[in-house]
Amino acid sequence: MSAATNDAAITPEIVAEHGLSPDEYDKALTLLGRAPNLVELGIISVMWSEHCSYKSSRRWLKTLPTEAPWVICGPGENAGVVDIGDGLAAIFKMESHNHPSYIEPYQGAATGVGGILRDVFTMGARPVANLNALRFGSPEHPKTRHLVRGVVAGIGGYGNCVGVPTVGGECTFDPGYDGNILVNAMTVGVAPADRIFYAKASGVGSPIVYVGSKTGRDGIHGATMASASFDEDSEEKRPTVQVGDPFTEKLLIEACLELMATDCIVGIQDMGAAGLTSSSVEMADKGAAGVMLDMDQVPVREEGMTPYEIMLSESQERMLMVLRPGREAEARAIFEKWELDFAVIGEVTDSRHLTLRSGGKIVCDLPVEMLATGLQYDRPWETPAAPAPLPASVPALSVKDDLLKLLSSPDLASKRWVWEQYDHMVMADTVQRPGGDAAVVRVHGTERGLAMTTDCTPRYCAADPVTGGRQAVAEAWRNLTASGARPLAVTDCLNFGNPQRAPVMGQFVLCIQGMGEACRVLDFPVVSGNVSLYNETDFASIPPTPQIGGLGLIDDIGRMAQPAIRAEGETLILIGDGEGHLGASLYLRMATGADAGMPPPVDLEKERRNGDFVRGLIAEGVTTTCHDVSDGGLLVAAAEMAMAGGIGIALEGPEDAGWLFGEDQGRYLLAVPEDAVETVLKAARSAHVAAAAVGSTGGSALTLNGANAICVDELRAANERWFPAYMSGPVESGGDD
Amino acid sequence: MMKAKVHITLKTGVLDPQGKAISHALDSLGFDGIEDVRQGKYIEIRLAETDAETARSKVEAMCSRLLANPVIENYSIELE
Amino acid sequence: MKAAVIVFPGSNCDRDIAVALEACMGHAPAMVWHRDSELPDVDLIALPGGFSYGDYLRSGAMAVHSPAMREVVARAERGVAVLGICNGFQVLTESGLLPGALMRNRDLRFVCRDVWVRVETTDSVFTTGLQKGECMRFPVAHNDGSYFVDDTTLATLQDADRIAFRYVTPDGQVTDDANPNGSRAGIAGVLGPSRNVLGMMPHPERLVDEAQGGTDGRRFFEGLLNALETAR
Repeated sequence: MSAATNDAAITPEIVAEHGLSPDEYDKALTLLGRAPNLVELGIISVMWSEHCSYKSSRRWLKTLPTEAPWVICGPGENAGVVDIGDGLAAIFKMESHNHPSYIEPYQGAATGVGGILRDVFTMGARPVANLNALRFGSPEHPKTRHLVRGVVAGIGGYGNCVGVPTVGGECTFDPGYDGNILVNAMTVGVAPADRIFYAKASGVGSPIVYVGSKTGRDGIHGATMASASFDEDSEEKRPTVQVGDPFTEKLLIEACLELMATDCIVGIQDMGAAGLTSSSVEMADKGAAGVMLDMDQVPVREEGMTPYEIMLSESQERMLMVLRPGREAEARAIFEKWELDFAVIGEVTDSRHLTLRSGGKIVCDLPVEMLATGLQYDRPWETPAAPAPLPASVPALSVKDDLLKLLSSPDLASKRWVWEQYDHMVMADTVQRPGGDAAVVRVHGTERGLAMTTDCTPRYCAADPVTGGRQAVAEAWRNLTASGARPLAVTDCLNFGNPQRAPVMGQFVLCIQGMGEACRVLDFPVVSGNVSLYNETDFASIPPTPQIGGLGLIDDIGRMAQPAIRAEGETLILIGDGEGHLGASLYLRMATGADAGMPPPVDLEKERRNGDFVRGLIAEGVTTTCHDVSDGGLLVAAAEMAMAGGIGIALEGPEDAGWLFGEDQGRYLLAVPEDAVETVLKAARSAHVAAAAVGSTGGSALTLNGANAICVDELRAANERWFPAYMSGPVESGGDD
Repeated sequence: MMKAKVHITLKTGVLDPQGKAISHALDSLGFDGIEDVRQGKYIEIRLAETDAETARSKVEAMCSRLLANPVIENYSIELE
Repeated sequence: MKAAVIVFPGSNCDRDIAVALEACMGHAPAMVWHRDSELPDVDLIALPGGFSYGDYLRSGAMAVHSPAMREVVARAERGVAVLGICNGFQVLTESGLLPGALMRNRDLRFVCRDVWVRVETTDSVFTTGLQKGECMRFPVAHNDGSYFVDDTTLATLQDADRIAFRYVTPDGQVTDDANPNGSRAGIAGVLGPSRNVLGMMPHPERLVDEAQGGTDGRRFFEGLLNALETAR
């Protein structure tokens, strides 16, 4: 299509190739009052794609709470901004790079990291941490190993070079992702609270400046690809995947931050999906202005690039900004110091149109509002089918074998193989490394810490989307709390299947309902996010995966908690209660080979009460050892605490599967010194929080009622075994089978 | 204008974990009879130069000063 | 006592080492941009970790040709202490100040974790404050950390007592498992012929306060700075 001249007639075939439905094209004709040319059609199609326009999701996203006294900027900008005191703000966001990572795992994941970093430093923040939530298909699927290897290497290859620590995330396996993996990358940055930069073009005549790498033909139509379902031919789309250059990104970060220390910038926006198109349209829209760009001034990597290609290219490591008039030379000097391209490519106008010039001719003239407002659908939805009922009986309990089996199962196995490939310590402020509940990064030069986590339990969301949505938010809140942090806000990455199928749309609507409920009760607003739909292959949708990225603040990292048992002779206290819920649990999956039953209910009031109580204990210095009880239940949580600290635990309680492996929500395990036990239990009673002593620390083994002893070393061996053993398996051919 | 094709290979005796991994992968895909695999780099340089001798000595200098590390690598140059 | 940190465009541990040096010296080191050909008068030059120029050709290969590095080489030849950590070590081998080369890790993966190293010699300004044979815990984080030298050079290094650190188990044994990258003879750090240049893959600057999980790095820097102070 790029070879066609711009004057060629737009046929229904060309419209279809651009992913616009006949109805959508008719709407474009009506709004425009004429037929678009090819450049214009390309621009309309990417701006109206699901990825850029949120046309299926926007109606529901609006229902999420987005405000709190500490929120400086909510959704709608490049990233969310929250106040963290001392005149500083944390800026953070999570974004998906699912389709590109499936097609070319190394580059797909790497450019995902690059893109999310840009979203954060665009707003003036120095990135201080990355996290990644990864969902792969079944380990037995012939492609999984290749995808894991490529994605992990790509994330590391990019983040390590840029010099931002990758401190946390998730990595789980489920056949539901066999043909459509999820790679969700999150970045957290820190900026002066009064120096936040927005994507706004204003001041008629102000120069529009292009900086970073040159534009090539990569990723043309990536945004449309990210909005289309996969089929067998997708593998042929390989050339549309972009290649990342982390070294240039590093230069871009330094150059932008240096320029941001001056007052040259009016507005700034990174070129992500749909490149120059969406960045210029968004800036014009937010500034209620127009934009005139001269295609001949855009730095290009290849000769003969057409305006169509220039506008739709997704070449990486590029930014667009509006400068104060007359400050170009000052800005140019900074970018030249960092050896980056710098070109004035246009100016802000008052036309409220996106106007493009090439070879002295106008090649595009579209109203900004038509592009920015996009489309909005109210897609029909229905409640998805209820999950399979719990089986009448599960195999008899064998505590020791069951625990070892769970600890060495793909989902619970240690992810050391993954995070040791990420530089998680660069910047020298990582004070809680990967592997615990939340990662904690010290706010540089202070004694305060930013706690961060990513969470979602897709099997819960599949069984009951409302509960799953609540649980994802509650678990993020709980993980932050378990480190002692005050949870501040959420970024989300909503990964679902095809919204044109009513049950999938139902999953989306109901997950958001659950998320919204949890965010309200827990005072944990959504400040940024991303929606990724059409995650399906040959009509099979992925499990609903509303990934939550949570951020919290620790006032004094000297009063931080972590999961490792640190002393012998302490008492283990279980905060929270439950019925021993086994529905949708990992234990059930392990014991029966299938998921069944409803997920554990999430009582949000109780969640809040329990969490506030635990956070209080940590802040008072009563305990520094705390772990949330989640996947795998109480026994797995206790084992993880023993493994992390290298000290045994004697657990006491009923030997039934529900108590040991049930995944009841709102629970924590704490280790407290003997002399504090009574105080804690008494305080819990007056706070209406369930609390019970369930064991003590010491020795070198985990025991249950004095029996079933498993050495901590044996636990560790089981837990550490699976991943490296799996990854050393036979190499599959990259992508053709 | 001339084109220089530079092949950079590891010296014999220098451990090549990438070559080993490729050899292992080929083996597991059923290609038998592979005795050894060594991985290297290939660099193509276009030169605004017409004299082959001058071009060669320029590229020689590039190799010894930057493109190859004489401690671990050998190089060969083809001109066309 | 004055120090300078050379900053290449892709350096990413420059701030970390500056913070560590400041914590131990009481004042900040000078930060020297790679294009500067003039260095302040200093007792210690540090080459930080990172990816100097993207390291797409070979780690550290391009950095050698920067104006700042030419000056570093001249100073090293005049006896100024030069410490290269991680990418800095790679730059030092590429520049010829240290023998050998740093190659792709044995397992072909980036590796970031704490390792134990054993102090092999105290005969240098860098290690004179430590005990010979003691074990220290430092983080590593690299893709190309497998130290290669040929047999002859290895023999020279051993004979001249120029191996500064070896990767060991926590109780001090040199084993394959303790070696994170496949370095020859478990070498983690090596001294130049005049003993005033040290290259090491581990990052002592990442463990200088308790909040980071340990202080072995602080001991390393304090020993070095004391020795330099004494030598002034």
